[in-house]
Amino acid sequence: MAAVLTREIVKIFGEISAVDGISLTVPDGEFMVLLGPSGCGKTTFLRIICGLEQQTSGDLLIGGHVVNDIPPRARGVAMMFQSYGLYPHYTVRNNIAFPLRTQRVPRDEIEKKVQWASQLLGIGHLLDRRPRQLSGGERQRVALARALVREPTALLLDEPLSNLDAKLRTSARQEIKNFQQRVGLTTIYVTHDQIEAMGMGDRIAVIDHGRVRQVGTPTEIYDDPADLFVATFVGAPPMNIVTHNGGGYLGFRPENFLPRDMIDNGAATEFSFRVDRSEYLGSERIVYGVMDGFESKQPITAKLPPAHVAEESIRPGEWHPFAVKNSALRHFDKNGHRASRH
Amino acid sequence: MPRALIRSLRETAFFFGVAFFVILAAFPFYWMVITAFKQNSDLYDVSNVPFWFNEPPTLEHLVYLFKETLFARWLLNSLIIGLCVTGITLVTAVPAGYSLARMTSRKGEALGIAIFLTYLVPPTLLFLPLSRIIADLGLQNSMWSLVLVYPTFTIPFCSWLLMGFFKALPPEIEEAAIVDGCSLFGAFIKMAIPLSLPAILTVVIFTFTLTLQEFVYALTFVSSSSQKPITLGVSTDLIRGDVFFWGEIMAGALIAALPVAIAYNLFLDRFISGITGGAVK
Repeated sequence: MAAVLTREIVKIFGEISAVDGISLTVPDGEFMVLLGPSGCGKTTFLRIICGLEQQTSGDLLIGGHVVNDIPPRARGVAMMFQSYGLYPHYTVRNNIAFPLRTQRVPRDEIEKKVQWASQLLGIGHLLDRRPRQLSGGERQRVALARALVREPTALLLDEPLSNLDAKLRTSARQEIKNFQQRVGLTTIYVTHDQIEAMGMGDRIAVIDHGRVRQVGTPTEIYDDPADLFVATFVGAPPMNIVTHNGGGYLGFRPENFLPRDMIDNGAATEFSFRVDRSEYLGSERIVYGVMDGFESKQPITAKLPPAHVAEESIRPGEWHPFAVKNSALRHFDKNGHRASRH
Repeated sequence: MPRALIRSLRETAFFFGVAFFVILAAFPFYWMVITAFKQNSDLYDVSNVPFWFNEPPTLEHLVYLFKETLFARWLLNSLIIGLCVTGITLVTAVPAGYSLARMTSRKGEALGIAIFLTYLVPPTLLFLPLSRIIADLGLQNSMWSLVLVYPTFTIPFCSWLLMGFFKALPPEIEEAAIVDGCSLFGAFIKMAIPLSLPAILTVVIFTFTLTLQEFVYALTFVSSSSQKPITLGVSTDLIRGDVFFWGEIMAGALIAALPVAIAYNLFLDRFISGITGGAVK
C-alpha cells in the first residue's frame, strides 16, 4: 500500500487535451473518488496511473517513487475495469491466481491467497466456474478478488458499478466501502455518479475538461463548492444559481430554499417565488418556479419536506414569500469562482 | 383459404427451395463420385443413362492413379505446400491482424485497407513480376516457389479476416492482463491468441483450401511432374492431347476434396461459438 501523487499530469490525444494538468495527492489508505461527467478525462487519468496510457507530461509518484517510465506490471497497482475484463477462458480460480502467476509466486502460496481473497468476497463456491456462468454481481466480486489478491500498492476502479442494476448497486457500494476500510487500501475510484462519490469517498476530486475543479470531503464539496461547475454538478436537483449584483452569482441548495415562515430565526434573505410546477416524490416535494427580480438559466427549485409544508404556501401560479438563511447563501464572482465566505 | 393449407403450402415451398440449392451444391460432387468408380466402357457408352452405374463399379481408376502416375507425390507436394504456406500465413497474419485491430488511429485503418487492396491484384497480372523474382532466387520449376508465392494472397486476406475478429475482442481483457503483470506480448500470447482460436482455425482451413485449389501460379512456375501439386498434376498429366482420363481425374479430385470436406464439417462449427462469453458484461 502506498500513497499516489501526481504533478501536473497532461495527456494530449492529437489536438485534444484529455487531461489538462492534474495535480492530486492521495494519501496512503485513502478512498479518493474522481467525479466528473463522461468525457471529462477521469478514466484517461486513471489509465495513466496504472500505466495503460503514457502521460504527455507531468510526474506520477507511487509510494514516493517516480514511476513515469515504469511499465504497468512493475507499478504494483491493481485495476478493476468498468466491464471487469475477466479472462473468459480461465476458471474463476485461475482468473484470481493470474496476477500471482505472472509474478511467479510459489504454487502453495498462490492457493492460499486465492482462498483468502475468495473467502473475503464470498465467492469460494464459484472457483471452478467460468466467467460466463456468473451473474453480474458475482463477476464484479471475481474482478475485485483478482485485483486484491496480490495486495496491490493501490486499487484503481473505473466505474465498477455501472453494469449492475440499481438494487445490486446499493449493496455493492456498501461492500466495496466496507472492504476498503477493512483492508486499508489506497483506492482511486472513478465515477460519474454523485451518489457513489458522496457515499463512498473519503475525499472527492471533481473533474471537468481534464482539470480538477475541487478536491475535498463530501461535505466540503456539497456545502462549499469552489465554483459554479461543482455547485451545479453535485446535488440533485443541483444548486440554484441566479445572477446577482451585476456579474456575480448567488447560489443556494434547493433544500435551503423554504417558505418564509419555515425559517424561524437567524438572518435570512427573502425572495418572492412563483411556483410553476410541483412534484411529489414521497419523502420530498420538488417545486419548480421563477424568482422575482433574479435571472437564472434553469428553473429555480425548492426541495421541501411534504409533511411540513402547507398546500397554500406553494400553490402553483401564485407568488409566495420564500427565504434562504444567509449562512446557506453562496456567492460566486463573475468568472464563476467562489467569492469570499459570508 | 384454411390456415392449415397455407401452412402446408408454405412448408412445401420451403422444402423445394432448400432441395433446389442442395441439389445445386451436391450434384457436381455426386457426379465426381460416380465417375470415379465407373468402368471406362460404362463412361464412354453414350447410350447409357449417365446418372447411375450401368456396369458394376470399379477401383481401376484409383489403382491407375497410384500405380501409373505420380499421384501420391502430387498429394504429398500439396500437403507440404499447404502446411508451409499455412505456417507462414499464421506467423505473419496473426500479429499483423492484431496490430491492425489495436491501432485505432486513422493510420491503422488506412494500412488495413492498403493490405486488403493487395489481395485484389489478380494472380494473372502478378505472376509476371513474380516469375522474375522466382527466377532470380533460382526456384524455377520447384514447388518451393509456390511456398514463396502463395502467401502473397493468403497473408493479406487472413490479416484482414483476423483484424475483424481481434477488433471484436474487448481490449479490456488484454489491458487487465497487462496491469496484472503481463508484457504487451505476454497479453497477446496468453489472452488474444487463445480467445481468437476460432478465427485462427478458420484461417488455417481457409489458407489450406486456397493453396490446395490454386492453379495459375502452379501452372506458371512448375513444369516437371515430380514437383507438381495435385491440382496441376491431375489436370496436366491426366489430359494428354485431347484424351481426358475422366475416371482418374475424378478420382484424383475426390481424394483431394475429402480431407477439406471433413475438416469443414468436423471442426468449424464446434469452435465458432461460445468461447468469448462472460469476459465483459
